[in-house]
Amino acid sequence: MSIRHALLALLAEGSKYGLQLRQEFEARTGEVWPLNVGQVYTTLQRLEREGHVESDEAGRDGAQRRFRITAGGQRELDRWLRTPPDGAPPPRDELVIKVQVAVRMPGVDVREILQVHRRRLVEEMQRYTHLKAEADPDDIALGLVVDAELFRLEAVVRWLDAADARLRRLPATPTTDAASNDRARPAGPAAEPAESAPAREEARR
Amino acid sequence: MSAVLSMSQVSKVYGTGNAAVHALRQVDLTVGAGELVAIMGPSGSGKSTLLTIAGSLEEPTDGTVLVCGDDVSTMSADAQARMRRRSIGFVFQDLNLLAGLSAVENVALPLELDGMGARAARAAGLRVLEELGLAERAAHFPDDLSGGERQRVAIARAVVGDRRLLLADEPTGALDSTNGEAVMRMLRAACKRGIAGVMVTHDAQLASWADRVVFLRDGRVVDQTAPSVGPATLLAGDVAP
Ligand SMILES: Nc1ncnc2c1ncn2[C@@H]1O[C@H](COP(=O)(O)OP(=O)(O)OP(=O)(O)O)[C@@H](O)[C@H]1O
Ligand SMILES: [Mg+2]
Repeated sequence: MSIRHALLALLAEGSKYGLQLRQEFEARTGEVWPLNVGQVYTTLQRLEREGHVESDEAGRDGAQRRFRITAGGQRELDRWLRTPPDGAPPPRDELVIKVQVAVRMPGVDVREILQVHRRRLVEEMQRYTHLKAEADPDDIALGLVVDAELFRLEAVVRWLDAADARLRRLPATPTTDAASNDRARPAGPAAEPAESAPAREEARR
Repeated sequence: MSAVLSMSQVSKVYGTGNAAVHALRQVDLTVGAGELVAIMGPSGSGKSTLLTIAGSLEEPTDGTVLVCGDDVSTMSADAQARMRRRSIGFVFQDLNLLAGLSAVENVALPLELDGMGARAARAAGLRVLEELGLAERAAHFPDDLSGGERQRVAIARAVVGDRRLLLADEPTGALDSTNGEAVMRMLRAACKRGIAGVMVTHDAQLASWADRVVFLRDGRVVDQTAPSVGPATLLAGDVAP
């Protein structure tokens, strides 16, 4: 999330003071992303240097200055809205590595590891959903932010489910309860040896 | 919180010998009034079996099921049927709405079957449809409703009257996320009014509407979520400059 562009967007509605920008930013993101006032003033200074915002009260203390967007700032904002977001590395990557490690470690019940993460993710989803359930249904800002988190977390849970299904097709290891697994496996030959999935991941890199 | 559903050490085996399928193994599950519990687990893990046994549509091979404190296994077939009609609401994936009855007639049907007069049953049905935002659709037949509306009529039918326990198997079926959310808001509201709810789903977003999520694997309860903590923990923001 870029504070620069968020502030430009707020200034596109009219000129504003720094404190006001901070309050409006928090209100519009459903107060899920707090912002400190220092960040606001540093960002405004940077935008001013770049010529994206201006103020009549140059030289005065930050809190007493009212900022407005320039034509250059408008163009920058328009460009930003149309630019695809950065491909920040999803937090799932660390989970993929953990599960790959677990698959190779002898004596580890990988499906139990998967379940630990699944439960933690679903608990986090419950917190977001309850926030949404209690909120005013017309609070669009909150709904947008919460939905984005929920869809992201759901994708990770679905990946865990897919990993679980892959592991079910493996022969039972000595650590798993054979009696509880025998129905889970199809009658045909086991699909793939334990090493193949991580090995393929590595080959792809 | 009084337990509406209490299952203890419930097992279910289909078939015998080599063909025996252990659909449930020593399952313990208690659901209180006002609580919504979601059951998650892979296909074949026993979710629907658990629900049909909780609703006394099938008998367990072993273990006991109490509904509102009464042991289902000691009830006569008649008493079981009456309990199912009066106290338990079912929502299944193939909704079983009767095509020849209007929305409100479908909703009122369980009350009429239970001996309530047609006019009173209809009025009660209409009240629930109103609560669920379907008042203008009351006279429509199921074929003339959208998928989301049919789903809501099925839930109205499951909560009408003095139900204590609501059992739902994939209640949002193939609905999109907006309609799915509307259905979940309704289920949650029904439970907040004091009904105990058990909902089966493989969808984590739907499950996250529940107060508690129970995970099944190979017929066993392997895990469950902790009671929800407040949303305050979500406010630790990370905003990049
Ligand atoms: N009437 C039956 N006779 C024999 N086996 C059955 C019967 N009903 C269910 N089973 C078996 O019991 C196991 C659990 O089935 P169940 O329908 O409870 O699974 P589920 O978790 O609801 O799966 P899904 O997500 O696919 O609906 C499966 O192996 C299934 O084949
Ligand atoms: Mg099922």
